Amino acid sequence: MRPLSAVVSACPPSGIRRFFDLAASMPDVISLGVGEPDFVTPWRVREAGIAALEAGRTSYTSNMGLAELRMAVCGDLERRHGVAYDPAAECLITSGVSEGLDLALRAILNPGDEVIIPEPAYVAYGPCVAFAGGTPVYVPTSSSDGFRIHAGAIDAAVTARTKAVLIGSPANPTGAAQGREDLAAIVAVAARHDLYLISDEIYERLVYTRPHASLPSLPGARDRTVLLGGFSEAQAMTGWRVGYLCAPAPVADLACRIHQYTQLCASHIAQAAALEALHGGEADVLAMLADYDRRRRVFVQGLRDIGLDCAEPGGAFYAFPSIAATGLSSQEFAERLLRAEGVAVIPGDVFGPSGEGHVRCCYATAMPDLDEALRRMDRFVAKLRQ
Amino acid sequence: MNAIIHALQSDPRATADRIAVMTGTDPDAVREQIAEWESDGTLRWKVIIDPRKVRLLTGAEAVTALIDVSVSPERGEGYDKVAARIAQFPEVRSVCLVSGGQDLRCEVTGTSMAEIGDFVARKLATIDRVRSTATHFVMKTYKDDGALFLQAAGDHRLKVAP
Repeated sequence: MRPLSAVVSACPPSGIRRFFDLAASMPDVISLGVGEPDFVTPWRVREAGIAALEAGRTSYTSNMGLAELRMAVCGDLERRHGVAYDPAAECLITSGVSEGLDLALRAILNPGDEVIIPEPAYVAYGPCVAFAGGTPVYVPTSSSDGFRIHAGAIDAAVTARTKAVLIGSPANPTGAAQGREDLAAIVAVAARHDLYLISDEIYERLVYTRPHASLPSLPGARDRTVLLGGFSEAQAMTGWRVGYLCAPAPVADLACRIHQYTQLCASHIAQAAALEALHGGEADVLAMLADYDRRRRVFVQGLRDIGLDCAEPGGAFYAFPSIAATGLSSQEFAERLLRAEGVAVIPGDVFGPSGEGHVRCCYATAMPDLDEALRRMDRFVAKLRQ
Repeated sequence: MNAIIHALQSDPRATADRIAVMTGTDPDAVREQIAEWESDGTLRWKVIIDPRKVRLLTGAEAVTALIDVSVSPERGEGYDKVAARIAQFPEVRSVCLVSGGQDLRCEVTGTSMAEIGDFVARKLATIDRVRSTATHFVMKTYKDDGALFLQAAGDHRLKVAP
């Protein structure tokens, strides 16, 4: 056979895959290795999905998505962040942020364009840039200052080929939530070099220490920003695959052209459920947020008590402790912890070189399991010290 | 203070030290607050047992009835005196004044239908100003005091995911 796609062949398989296979083969594993809520979608939202099925809402929707849902999304963004989008031309309902990211990159990039990505970064960012014909350019961040993204580092990475900066905040895997000032400085860099900004804000409702700074709400940012958001994390709707892309009309238009040929529309049932999530789901979101915060505090304190340094995670539901004190690489730590104590964490290096020396722990896990995981990690780390 | 209440609701068995970590509060402040709430009756504790397990655990059948009581109100007292008389029977789990065709709605538990029937006939219906009662025996409980007695949704998540 003739060779398959060179771009895809060059993309290494996700580093998470190996741990998935290993963890799946072991009994009694406590997994801190997931990347989604442990809540089931709130009942009112599930019930709306059932009602949509009963009402026979099984057809396509418009390519852009249900008009009521787009209006609700834009209204919600304007109310909470003061950023206005036209639901008719600047908001596209996607099959989750994953699709939205792919659409944004393909709408923006030409072959060889560079996209600056602060790392540690979500595992899909780099490969999606490559699939869209671009080149990811990684900028390191550090646990020493809570994984702040410094505009100077972005500026220093800009070349004649740079087209966009891709930022996830709050972030998977670090839980870092960037502050307004840091983001404003990045907007200034983008303006100076005429760059697009792609802002993955899927975790925006899950912030604990200060209000979320939405990138397009910053002065001068909106008209060069593609905002990606959704319902998966705050509404515990990961499996429904529904999210949105908001951007200036020319970008949204190109994104929709790809979407109409490759996806046609997001699931009609999921869109109906998402509408209920926006209209009636606030109390559920706040209850889950408060629950994550309690677990966050207990888990981060527990890690520090074990002697693992952990930057305060301001958002999402991940802690990203340093395991440098153990002298192990993050791959060795994760694999030995899994084999010895049956606790699954994700080695930090799969999220980029700056993730080496760290592991990602998801605390969206029942409190008794978190307690047991901490006990096992304590035993594991104590043995290493002997 | 709200945070302490929410933490207790999420895990009533959590220690004061644990609640302090959960809420970012000083442990002694948590202990004092809980003690204060307990002493003034703001905070009370109860155990909820799955009604299907009561017989297994206690050896006795658990029968519950919802009883609607029609009452002639008293000048100056309204329904309060009658409600207070009913509420003090230990077999009465709850008493509420409700709108609609009846006046009081009571939840009564016993070990058999006959026992509850006896309670209604001898105690409840004979109280002065009680005009009539309508007894509804509970046949199956799906949710009680916020606790669901349905099959729990399983965890369908992958063990490791991005």
